[in-house]
Amino acid sequence: MLHRHPRLRLGLLLGPPMLWLGVLYLGSLAALFITSLWTVDAFGGNIQRIWNLDNYRDLFTLDVYRTITGRTLVTAAAVTVIDALLAFPIALYMAKVASPRRQRLLVIAVLTPLWASYLVKAYAWRAMFANGGPLDALGVSPGYGLTATVLTLSYLWLPYMILPMYAGLERLPTSLIEASADLGASTATTMRRVVLPVLFPAAVAGSIFTFSLTLGDYIAVKIVGGANQMLGNVVYDSFLTGNNLPFAAAVATIPVAVMLVYLTAVRRTGALDSL
Amino acid sequence: MKRTTMFTAAAAVLALALTGCGTSSGDDDGGGGSGSEAQGGFTAPDVPMAGELGEPEGSLSVLAWPGYAEDGSTDKAVDWVTPFEEETGCQVDVKYFNTSDEAVNLMKSGQYDVVSASGDASLRLIAGGDVAPVNTDLIDNYADVWSFLKDRDWNSVDGQMYGVPHGYGANLLMYNTEEVSPAPTSWSAVFDDASAHAGKVTAYDSPIYIADAALYLSKTQPDLGIEDPYALDEDQLAAAVDLLKKQRENVGEYWSDYLKETQAFKTGDSVVGTTWQVIVNLAQSEKTPVEAILPEEGATGWSDTWMVSSKTEHESCAYAWLDHIISPEANAAVAEWFGEAPANEKACDLTSKGFCDSYHAGDEAYAEQIHYWTTPIEQCLDGRTDVQCTTYQDWTRAWTEIKG
Repeated sequence: MLHRHPRLRLGLLLGPPMLWLGVLYLGSLAALFITSLWTVDAFGGNIQRIWNLDNYRDLFTLDVYRTITGRTLVTAAAVTVIDALLAFPIALYMAKVASPRRQRLLVIAVLTPLWASYLVKAYAWRAMFANGGPLDALGVSPGYGLTATVLTLSYLWLPYMILPMYAGLERLPTSLIEASADLGASTATTMRRVVLPVLFPAAVAGSIFTFSLTLGDYIAVKIVGGANQMLGNVVYDSFLTGNNLPFAAAVATIPVAVMLVYLTAVRRTGALDSL
Repeated sequence: MKRTTMFTAAAAVLALALTGCGTSSGDDDGGGGSGSEAQGGFTAPDVPMAGELGEPEGSLSVLAWPGYAEDGSTDKAVDWVTPFEEETGCQVDVKYFNTSDEAVNLMKSGQYDVVSASGDASLRLIAGGDVAPVNTDLIDNYADVWSFLKDRDWNSVDGQMYGVPHGYGANLLMYNTEEVSPAPTSWSAVFDDASAHAGKVTAYDSPIYIADAALYLSKTQPDLGIEDPYALDEDQLAAAVDLLKKQRENVGEYWSDYLKETQAFKTGDSVVGTTWQVIVNLAQSEKTPVEAILPEEGATGWSDTWMVSSKTEHESCAYAWLDHIISPEANAAVAEWFGEAPANEKACDLTSKGFCDSYHAGDEAYAEQIHYWTTPIEQCLDGRTDVQCTTYQDWTRAWTEIKG
């Protein structure tokens, strides 16, 4: 019966994932946006379904939210740059220099930290930055604050940058690098004209992970960020502390908008086509 | 063709989302709105009270602060749930919450029969129509509760109790005895003089902490006319916010997790800041050189109330729990485990020696120095009628702004 109805077969195959993507994923985003246009009554905390733009007005007119958005973006950018700089040599070594055996070991080494809980790693960094902790003993501890947050998040998301870079560089034929050298290009030129064009889309793919994960993070900053707060904390506090789901939803649309802009920019560069 | 299919699918999703909210917009959420908007003082929504109780229903769902409903799974010796189950036949199911705000959120689901609410949650629960008035005549142990805990702003409306008082404590000023000298006597250590320990001051991470600043201002700047730290008009709130913004420059980190504060004091990342008695005990047991005082300005604090959900289907079990939890045995056990003063006077006969003294249990003068957490509402709690006071929502916004 199924083989005589190819459309039915296709429908059954793609139905569940499309339902997931369409209804649950896009549906929840739509619900988020709709909620952000409602309001809550000041005391009972019950949602009142009155359409208005007050949440967005507050978001755009109050300085504090601009400051927090700025801080979050700077943090996300810093984490992405640090991760890209750290990941490049590792990925290059893994893809082009290491023996197959060492390559496998390195992949395992990069993946292993992902097995440990996020919280355990974040609290480990809290101990590192603590007064009298290991970094303090070396005299280089920045203490709890934004720097500590950037370093912790860079550590947490590093594998997400290394893996796409490694995958991208692995596709680069070694013969191209050799040909470049044979034609008299210096190492720097080879890097710039041969390796970088291949690396760029991979780095962009990695940056989507590191950037978006940092945009939404609110736990690391609570643990090592001192008194700082990021967008995620505002969402969390608005919902749990303020019992104000509509405002939380309005704040949550900021990272969504930022990511849309980011992805559009990335698309323009053409990096997504060569993935 | 393909494009139209995609489009239809997208339209269907959107339609689904819209009908989802369309149907639910028909039913307004309970009587919460009408109650809180009443003019000339706070009126509670009309929720019926239990008259008499039937047979126990066999099960009970409890929403509690961590440590308030121990069944022996944390520590074998710490168990006041099992005796209750054996006595009443009500099987207890416990869910813990971390903040008052979470409790308010969870109670709206109607899944829980009883809740241990602090003063900054209780009024919101009453206004939301989420809890029912409590008939204290049905609770035998209520008679032994200290009278200064009954009929207060945070647990009753117009003389009608909405729960049973359970225990109370003050937010104290803790300091590292090696780093902070001379020993502080005033909250100025974390406000005007905070710069002496720049980067090592800590504060409680909740909008309700604004009341601590307001309390300090009520003594140091009487011109502002702050009578009650939970009844602030716009100018008074602005003054408190300014003070807290200045404090922010010297704050190392804010705490809401008590273990995090204990650790920060241990490592020396924090040396002075607000705390709870249980944290002091914990830090001292880990040999951290700390002391805590009740500063001369007085302090904010909590007074917890066990309340019954308005949607409960286990009323008899709920009342049995209320009676059990303030019985001398259970009340003493909770107070010692959590670190607060019990509400039942007879509990002090059962606690370890010196316990009730160290928590100043039953000391009415000490208790009156504590300004218990209360939800700020539009109708000024200090009785002013010529101005509108700022609400907890305003405080939440302000708190985000303070942290910056």
